Amino acid sequence: MSEMTDSRAGAAPVVTAAVPRSLGESFYNYRQRVRTGEIGALPAVIGIVLLLIIFSFAQTGFLSLSSFISILQESAPTITLAMGLVFVLLLGEIDLSAGVVGSTAAAFGAILSVKHGIAWPLAIIGAAAFGAVAGSLLGWLRARIGIPSFVVTLAAFISFQGAQILVIGSSSGQVSIGDKILLQLDNGRLSPVLGWVYLVIAVVAYTAVKLMQVNGRRRQGLASEPMSLLVLRIGALIVGGAIFVYFCNVDEALTWQQRQGIHIRGVPWVVPIIAAMLVVLSFALDKTRYGRHVYAVGGNDEAARRAGIPVRLIRTSVFVICSTMAAFSGLFLASELNGVNTQEGGGNVLLLAVAAAVIGGTSLMGGRGRVVDAVLGGLALAILQYGMSNLIKGGNASAYQYIITGIVLLLAAAVDALSRHAGRSTS
Amino acid sequence: MNQNEPILRMRGITKSFGPVSVLKGVDFEAHLGEVTALVGDNGAGKSTLVKCIGGTYSIDAGDYLFEGRPVKVHGPRDSAALGIEIVYQDLALCDNLDIVQNMFLGREQLNLVRTLDEPSMERLAGETLASLSVRTVSSVRQKVASLSGGQRQTVAIAKAVLWNSKVVILDEPTAALGVAQTAEVLRLVRNLADQGLAVILISHNMNDVLQVSDRIAALYLGQMAALVKRSEVTHTQIVELITAGRSGNLGLPLSTTLSSNGAAL
Repeated sequence: MSEMTDSRAGAAPVVTAAVPRSLGESFYNYRQRVRTGEIGALPAVIGIVLLLIIFSFAQTGFLSLSSFISILQESAPTITLAMGLVFVLLLGEIDLSAGVVGSTAAAFGAILSVKHGIAWPLAIIGAAAFGAVAGSLLGWLRARIGIPSFVVTLAAFISFQGAQILVIGSSSGQVSIGDKILLQLDNGRLSPVLGWVYLVIAVVAYTAVKLMQVNGRRRQGLASEPMSLLVLRIGALIVGGAIFVYFCNVDEALTWQQRQGIHIRGVPWVVPIIAAMLVVLSFALDKTRYGRHVYAVGGNDEAARRAGIPVRLIRTSVFVICSTMAAFSGLFLASELNGVNTQEGGGNVLLLAVAAAVIGGTSLMGGRGRVVDAVLGGLALAILQYGMSNLIKGGNASAYQYIITGIVLLLAAAVDALSRHAGRSTS
Repeated sequence: MNQNEPILRMRGITKSFGPVSVLKGVDFEAHLGEVTALVGDNGAGKSTLVKCIGGTYSIDAGDYLFEGRPVKVHGPRDSAALGIEIVYQDLALCDNLDIVQNMFLGREQLNLVRTLDEPSMERLAGETLASLSVRTVSSVRQKVASLSGGQRQTVAIAKAVLWNSKVVILDEPTAALGVAQTAEVLRLVRNLADQGLAVILISHNMNDVLQVSDRIAALYLGQMAALVKRSEVTHTQIVELITAGRSGNLGLPLSTTLSSNGAAL
């Protein structure tokens, strides 16, 4: 027994995170992570760059300011929907009804605004509340009754199309939005000054948060990221953000329009709105006990249950978040289309959002995904669709677009499946 | 090192599932600073006894004494509150979370603004692993999916001792491990006891049992055949206790084993 007892505590060094000490080391660590299957959003980023290169060679004028702004605005509904779906996908569930529920919620908000003259903030809250109630119903059916989410949300997908017709009122088949704010949610542009103000706020907030993190680790005697990497990140945010705001602020109006005081310029509203959603939801997932429990239930619900995590409550909550985000997505879509009709939110709206999340790196099997995946995947998809719609003309144009979009989704899912194999331990 | 008063003592525990009597008046005890091996053939009642200790099953009759006082344990939370942690065979780890996140799962520490206090959790996890002399894990921020079987077992055990637990029950910790990993886990088991914990080791592997345990408790068809010091028995005697309930003058009276056999058949 003596040879077993001589290994004593204290002599061994404290095991801690292998934190990179230099830029080169952090780059090396990142490569190692990619190699072991933690590729994250890498395919989406590569995809975005590749698509931009391909389309800019294939058609002159693709890399124009107007197409850039259009892509941002058109991607907003998909990105918002996908952000909510990330939560559901993290548990290995699916919500097929999110698109329709979102548009029904938006129709509800539009009716509040148009028919009852309710102010826009309340109309938005009304739509969000509609989404939250619908989501808690779906979550209850899944978590308490135990019906598979595929069936629950497929039923909801069908039923809510009917609900949407009832909310809109079948006579016209359309509710047009009159409120200026609601109309501009997707199309509005910030004033040039406000664009810069938001950028400064973002840089200051990011720097403050990062410095606090470094400080917190130092206080516990833990190694933290090299300062050079932090400076590099902040520098990239400042330079990238400044270029972005500068180009968005270029006035696209013609000279005679400008003389009459008409300007087409400014950062689209969707950018700060989506950035705010991204920050709030990422914070919930990464920094709170709730978010940790979402990942735990997605990874191994039995382990989560044994750890005392309220698994059913968590399962219900992700559907509430998804449907609420779907309501915001529906409002963006309504703004883009100037109103809500009885067909909105149906078709492949939902499937495109799922595709966006998966392309961004969220796993369909649960347990892996981040909110930023939805943004990157949504952008990649929007670039693809915008580019194809200009490039592929003729009678069968839409046919080819569907086929290509489907293939892209398959590629993303294949990357997901293969990376999961790579991540598995062999010993 | 050994203390006379056991930290955990079960007296005359009976447990039935309908007409099937699984535990028939079992006596069991575990001491601080010792590894008590719980051995027995399949169906002897090892898992049932452990689940009674952990509170998953309620006992039908008998006394449950902890630190000399009778206690009532109605669920896993009660036993955890006493300082009893069970590491089940299927480990219950989340593959998609890293070591720190798994060790604090369900008991995450929060900072002043009610968000996750990652730095202090990371430090505590690192210190716990270091106190167990774990050297096989390179980073506490590794995802559990990337760990080997032995490393997973290590994480599960470290998770159990993180909470100032006094009794740690390990269910077949070496069942699926290779030679080197088994040695590492056994070293860890010995280390836990040397640090003053009471360790209960369930195992089918006689080599493991003989190597690390201080006491051996052999269950035979729902009865405690023997609870003896490791130094007092041989390999052959343990095997006989497991398979026949008795060995020489050790174990159950001859008549009891025969009648039990008859009842079982």
